Amino acid sequence: MLKTIVGAICGAAMAGASVAASLSGAGATFPAPVYAKWAESYRAQTGNTLNYQAIGSGGGIKQINANTVDFGASDKPLKADDLAQSGLMQFPMVIGGVVPVMNLPGVRPGQLKVSGPVLSDIYRGVIKRWNAPAIAAINPGVALPNMPITVVHRSDGSGTTFLFTSYLALKAPHWASGPGASDSVNWPVGIGGKGNDGVAAFVKQTPGSIGYVEYAYAKQNRMTYAALQNKAGRWVEPTAAAFSAAAAGAKWQSAPGFYLLLLDQAAPDAWPITGATFILVHTKQASSATGHDVLAFFDWSYKNGNAAAEALDYVPMPEPVKALVRRAWLKIVGPDGKPVYR
Amino acid sequence: MSTTDVSSSGSADVARRTSPRGKTFDPIFEGLCFAAATALLATLGGVLISLFIGGWPALKTFGFGFLTGVTWDPVKDVYGAAGPIVGTLITAAVALLISLPIAGGVAFFLVELCPQSLRRTIGTAVELLAGIPSIVYGMWGLFVFAPFFARTVEAPLITSAAPGSFAEKLFSGIPNGSGILVASIILAIMILPFMAATLRELLMTVPPQVRESAYGLGATTGEVVMKVTLPYVSRGAVGAVMLGLGRALGETMAVTFIIGNSHDFPHGLFDAGSTIASTIANEFNEASGLQASALIALGLVLFLITFIVLTLARLMLRQPARA
Repeated sequence: MLKTIVGAICGAAMAGASVAASLSGAGATFPAPVYAKWAESYRAQTGNTLNYQAIGSGGGIKQINANTVDFGASDKPLKADDLAQSGLMQFPMVIGGVVPVMNLPGVRPGQLKVSGPVLSDIYRGVIKRWNAPAIAAINPGVALPNMPITVVHRSDGSGTTFLFTSYLALKAPHWASGPGASDSVNWPVGIGGKGNDGVAAFVKQTPGSIGYVEYAYAKQNRMTYAALQNKAGRWVEPTAAAFSAAAAGAKWQSAPGFYLLLLDQAAPDAWPITGATFILVHTKQASSATGHDVLAFFDWSYKNGNAAAEALDYVPMPEPVKALVRRAWLKIVGPDGKPVYR
Repeated sequence: MSTTDVSSSGSADVARRTSPRGKTFDPIFEGLCFAAATALLATLGGVLISLFIGGWPALKTFGFGFLTGVTWDPVKDVYGAAGPIVGTLITAAVALLISLPIAGGVAFFLVELCPQSLRRTIGTAVELLAGIPSIVYGMWGLFVFAPFFARTVEAPLITSAAPGSFAEKLFSGIPNGSGILVASIILAIMILPFMAATLRELLMTVPPQVRESAYGLGATTGEVVMKVTLPYVSRGAVGAVMLGLGRALGETMAVTFIIGNSHDFPHGLFDAGSTIASTIANEFNEASGLQASALIALGLVLFLITFIVLTLARLMLRQPARA
């Protein structure tokens, strides 16, 4: 049903060359606000409309595979094999990150330091109190209260949880062999809040609690965040520059299908829990015109969308990465085998 | 309904049936009614069958363990639904326990005691409560009620419970306003207006003669309510309660916000838990494969629980009638 409607719309768009294009996409909720903002400005400038449905990353992958949308969007990149199997290509659009936040009386934002293994032990329920030796050892001079730690996590399946648990699994073998990394995991301890707001509300209401939220959410709500130790050994705070550093330093060239999690990057200023959100399109477009219009929109967004993204506290892709993506677009071909966008 | 009504409509019926127009119209009318009724049945059957087909992979993999297992692990693809099932039953039962006396009180007050001028105001307020979308209850519960409850009820109870006592077990948990009890209270507030409004309508169907004669015999208000009007409407009252219970069992959004969403078996009233509906709402978006199947199987379990509850209500209704 949806397929026929979309088909009809695409058909209508193709029928008249001068008729404004109407594109549809679906997927991740995290970048939805910035995609909506871009779509609005794009329509004002070009007259082309774009309809993006924030149905979740899993839904986005399902929809693009079922051909019901012109592009899918996912916070969780697909591996190169999966992409090849489904005839898809992916590229990163904007960067986000995950920030540990807490409610600890007397502790300022960025004052408390946590490392990957400590974070893992807290979320496994091994470290139970804030004045535990493992926390005190990396926080000399910080008055840590003798308070039980309340762990807060997301209850809904989300890319935020995927990034966070992937980071824990990367840094702590116990986490990798225990709960593991996924959109939703079997949490050993803690309570689940629905969405970023749910987690933030529980953290605010519970003294001694720790949670994790998206960077934009932590920033806009001025939450007390923790400093993390990155691969270079430096303690970093979550800032737009730290996310950008992680993305810029990453080896996109050698990542087949742009499969890159940006976790624990080697750049000296990189924030360790960083991730990009991705767009999925078919490598063989059924219609050259539609394929062209989709890529034209994302090209326009790369060129003109940085300010809008930053205003919404997203971090734009670094320019060299954009250049790489533009080159990769040449692999997207129409029915005639020619690249749809140049 | 008086007897004159019945006879007049009966005679009109006869007149219509004798006219030739009625001959053609009646079979069509009957057919439409039959179609409406069977469409409902077919929908019910269709839902049941598709839930069963969708949930079959999970049911086949875990068998009976799906109902008794306490591990819900999307990473290792192990799904046991005991936590959500128990959470659903406990929250619905506690919600009913809280809201039933209040709903009864509201209904009796409105019908028996309330001054005419106040009746409209309270009646409208009850209807307004029923019209509030459940997500609003969820937000209010999370941002307003939960912190208040944590400060004024949970924290004092947890600190005052003697170590090792039953109270300590009952009130164990984190005093932050999320958990089984708060979810039950929010549910109670949500189902209250439905039950109160239905009970009020029921009590109003008690013929004034019956009630007046009881008063005439010198019965107190309490006696009239307990011994005359309540038995008179008992059948319908169970229906009203079931309506509330049905909503409590299936309520999703408000519960998801405040129950704490832990798949573990809840151990205390302040413990985080989950319900079938909240689990589905949380995970269905991003689920695929066996996880999606397990969630559909959860839906089937909820369907069956509701069915069993309704059947039990019917049986309970039948017994006092025989005695």
